Amino acid sequence: MTCTEFLALLDDLIDDAVAPEARTELQIHLKGCEHCEVTLNTTRKTIEIYRSHQIYDLPAGLRERLHAAIMARCKKGC
Amino acid sequence: MATIQPIAGELEPHPDVALVEQVRAGDVSAYDTLVRKYERQIFRIAQHITQNREDAEDVMQDAFLKAYEKLDQFQGNSKFYTWLVRIAVNESLMRLRKRRTGKMVSIDEDVETEEGSVPRDLADWAPDPEQNYTQTELATILEKTIKGLPPGFRVVFELRDVQGLSTEDTAEALGLSVPAVKSRLLRARLQLRERLSRYFRRKKGVEK
Repeated sequence: MTCTEFLALLDDLIDDAVAPEARTELQIHLKGCEHCEVTLNTTRKTIEIYRSHQIYDLPAGLRERLHAAIMARCKKGC
Repeated sequence: MATIQPIAGELEPHPDVALVEQVRAGDVSAYDTLVRKYERQIFRIAQHITQNREDAEDVMQDAFLKAYEKLDQFQGNSKFYTWLVRIAVNESLMRLRKRRTGKMVSIDEDVETEEGSVPRDLADWAPDPEQNYTQTELATILEKTIKGLPPGFRVVFELRDVQGLSTEDTAEALGLSVPAVKSRLLRARLQLRERLSRYFRRKKGVEK
């Protein structure tokens, strides 16, 4: 397996969607290729960081404004 | 009293279905529950597309109001959240068009870019690299980094990787094909990785 072929399956590997027959080939490539190992680990870490440090907090008061707007709309007819 | 036991393996209806039914029956508080459940996610999607806090606030408000008004049109053959995201994406794009005085803005425009398709920065990262930054510094880095990606990539990454939607639901919410979502996701992941490497790579001579 070449690095390009490995890269084409990177998403499936991250999403745990690799077919069993391809999995062995991927593991063999990973053992012998430091670059692909780094790419896989740091891509996983990228996702993990964005998932655990969510950006764009909800502004204060927005929920209350939305609630008021829905109630106002509701009074008009619901 | 006899109770009806769910049959093992039978698909349970999504909890949102019951809430939507309650709203349709006139219970506004059930809509509040839906708002609270999804407000953060909808706000983030609007931020990713509009890149403007005020616009994102307006979009969030308009999207939830529009969904409330159009609830009768919600068929139930898609998930409520997927349907809501679609409304929010359309509202965000409309807002962008207004700002850019009618210039077409689209989420399905494919961006020909080689960036990130071949990893160039192959240095390993420091262990737990985010701990080298304060929360504020980290938030700035993450925002700055994702802002450099095309809007279609940002939203696909947000829905698939941050919010955990399936590829199929992401495609439906964005009106994209499944292969288009897959191709964007790979490029988004690789571009973000490449850009974050500048901050997180192991510094030479600094071994922990």
